[in-house]
Amino acid sequence: MNLFNIPSNELLQHLINGLTLGAIYSLIALGYTMVYGILKFINFAHGEILMAGTYAGYYFYYFLYDPSKGAAYTIGIFIAALVIAMIASAILGVVIEKVAYKPLRKAPRLAPLLSAIGVSIILANLAALFFGTKSKKFEYPFNNSSMDIGGSSITPNQLMILAVGLIMMAGLKLFVDRTRLGKAMRATSQNQPVAALMGINVNLIISLTFAIGSALAAVAGVLIALEYKVYPTMGTMAGLKAFIAAVVGGIGNISGAMLGGIILGLLETFGVVILGIPQGLKDTIAFSVLILILLLRPSGILMKNIREKV
Amino acid sequence: MLNFILLIFIYIGIYAIAAMGLNLIVGYTGLLSLCQAGFLAIGAYTTAVLMTTFHMGFWESMIISGFIASLFGILIGIPTLRLKGDYLAIATLGFGEIVRNVILNWDSVTKGPMGINGIPGPSIFGTTLSSMDKPAWIVIIWIFVAATYYFIRRIIRSRVGRALEAIREDEIAASSMGINTAKYKIGAFTTGAFLAGIAGSLFAAFNQSVAPLTFDFMMSIMILCMAVLGGLGNSFATIVGAVIIVLASELPRLMGISHIIPPQLNQILFGLILVLMMIYRPQGIIGRIKLNYAKIVKEEISDLEK
Amino acid sequence: MPLLYTQNLRREFGGVIAVADVDIEIFKDSITGLIGPNGAGKTTLFNTITGLDFPTSGHVFFKGEDITELPAYKITRSGIARTFQNIRLFKDMTVFENVMIGRHFRGNNPKIVKNKFLNFILGRIYVKKEEKDIYENSIKWLNFFNLLDMRDEYAKNLPYGKQRELEIARALATEPEILFLDEPAAGMNPQETDSLMKTIKRIRDLGITVVLIEHDMKLVMNICDKIIVLNYGKKIAEGTPSQVQNNKDVIEAYLGKTDD
Repeated sequence: MNLFNIPSNELLQHLINGLTLGAIYSLIALGYTMVYGILKFINFAHGEILMAGTYAGYYFYYFLYDPSKGAAYTIGIFIAALVIAMIASAILGVVIEKVAYKPLRKAPRLAPLLSAIGVSIILANLAALFFGTKSKKFEYPFNNSSMDIGGSSITPNQLMILAVGLIMMAGLKLFVDRTRLGKAMRATSQNQPVAALMGINVNLIISLTFAIGSALAAVAGVLIALEYKVYPTMGTMAGLKAFIAAVVGGIGNISGAMLGGIILGLLETFGVVILGIPQGLKDTIAFSVLILILLLRPSGILMKNIREKV
Repeated sequence: MLNFILLIFIYIGIYAIAAMGLNLIVGYTGLLSLCQAGFLAIGAYTTAVLMTTFHMGFWESMIISGFIASLFGILIGIPTLRLKGDYLAIATLGFGEIVRNVILNWDSVTKGPMGINGIPGPSIFGTTLSSMDKPAWIVIIWIFVAATYYFIRRIIRSRVGRALEAIREDEIAASSMGINTAKYKIGAFTTGAFLAGIAGSLFAAFNQSVAPLTFDFMMSIMILCMAVLGGLGNSFATIVGAVIIVLASELPRLMGISHIIPPQLNQILFGLILVLMMIYRPQGIIGRIKLNYAKIVKEEISDLEK
Repeated sequence: MPLLYTQNLRREFGGVIAVADVDIEIFKDSITGLIGPNGAGKTTLFNTITGLDFPTSGHVFFKGEDITELPAYKITRSGIARTFQNIRLFKDMTVFENVMIGRHFRGNNPKIVKNKFLNFILGRIYVKKEEKDIYENSIKWLNFFNLLDMRDEYAKNLPYGKQRELEIARALATEPEILFLDEPAAGMNPQETDSLMKTIKRIRDLGITVVLIEHDMKLVMNICDKIIVLNYGKKIAEGTPSQVQNNKDVIEAYLGKTDD
């Protein structure tokens, strides 16, 4: 089939580009969706938590980076940097929840949202203050020369993004569906007071949710850093897009976030190549998708329509 | 120095108009909007284009700018006002970004990243004002501040204000009292956009130039901070909020230490204001003033008896 | 013809059927009770009739007109008012203001149809006349419930029983022809319930039809002309209080099957 007169090898190329972008969105979207599922609140600072973790990973990596020690060493410290980024983001996420959101759990809905916006501004500017506004590049820990598959070029990095994204998402799905803690998490998201009555430590579950969501965002952050760059506001646009992905899939729904990320990644990639939307207006695609989906199916594509209980 | 202080009060006035408009949306109606800078941009660019390309006068450009901004308010309001709080916030944020993106890329009209320069000043009593005529500007802008204050006061003390308060308290109960909540919400949103459009227009005419990067998300946040800091649901408090925020962000320059204070500190300060205010004093410095509509109506109808 | 009736009204949430093809008929000047165990779909039925929820299928007719798809505010304007199970007063508004909001849309001046917003803001003379009407009517309803002394009190500071009464006063201020009360006696002590029973009869005597959800059987059996029983979303019985009391299905629904 010759879709929109694009040669099939190019089509495959765009498909892979779109999936790579989508996998990153999905990873970030999971954090929004998990937090929303439990607290019914948009963690506006999620993108900045991602950014902070990425910087932690970046500095760790370059602290130990030594090209003379060979490829195995480099890959080893890269994996360690990934773990450090995850831990840093997780801790930051949990601390932010305790300091800026927890006191506002009973407040009107506007309050935690404004507080979260405040936190995100503080983090982005602290990063600019300490790390500078110039963007930094992560060196690939491996040879990243592109391979030729079916006439389209694919980089090992893209393959890694897809693989890591898939592993993380599968792991999360298993955790939430199969383990006791995962079950407690789902129970808390369905009915917090009842979950508390059943002996579930709701505060612990909330912290855990922030930790997991933030760690996944850090993974996405490091992957972004490899493909693109590290800079203080890197999380803002990525976070917004991922939030849109979460809404597209149905916010509060874990599978929805994964699906929404992929859909958005593909839409953005193909929007540029097929519809000929200028690169400068690429971000407009995502926001238009958001407004459209909110209009047509505000509960997202995977969610049943649930109205507020009267 | 005096010049600089005058300049600060011109900016305070412009922001106060936009912030009072936002306060109508956020404080009185309870809708979180994060695109006030987008409406400012629409107002500023409309004035810039009308005055440079179409050689229109300032005053008519300003009125048109206000209406164009409110037109966009309706456009964005109709689909999004069916949404609950946080969704609405994100959708408005998205709208603000779209506005900025379009302005940046629509070269033929907006001159893209370059912005539009050489906007003539408004003519008043036969003379044309430039940015240099600061005392005159102060008078003009603060007349608009006063007019905005009075306009919002009229809305709030009327039956419309009563309905807005009910919608903010409990939208479902309000709709089952026969109030067309969507219409009132769009009304508030559009009025807020109109005021931002006017503020944007004044901004463009005073600076005699506009640039797309001015109207970013941080500007929306700064305006929001003004409304939150003074106290949501209180126009006077919003003006106080505007004074504090603009003074705080210009303080380093005012004290001549701007070269040692990095610009990020400013924004960190806005962030801290939001977080700390929400946790320790969500009602703002001055706080909301609860009107007693029974008393207001009793006064209003007392002259009917005569 | 009944004042209000439903045809095969159905509401599903995902796979759960909350209201299963229910037909009810409400006749003018009657007091109808809607009873059933918890989760029987009573409140959902109220919500679908009053426009706060939309049915999956089926229709609602009021004064012969199909009002199924109308939004809540239009349904209220057509003459249907309601209260809520978990009291939804405007808590930070005064007692007087709550009732004023109830009368908000009842303009009696035809001039005000166009440019409502602007006219309100400009405070035109006919707006003032309307405001006068709202003011005086609010006093009338506050008097009906003996709430006038508390007019400047915030709604949230009223005792629970008074809050329930205020909610009814606010609903009546919309000048309904039919009033839906969702568990009006919930949380009331026996004296308050007795006085509520008298109030409901007084409301009916004003020519307002009343439909109520209630668990207090004494109240239901005493004042209702007709009782409709729901269980698992289905209508299982209807009739006079004595007919319903002796209905086998109803006893089973409330007490469980006795023979197993």
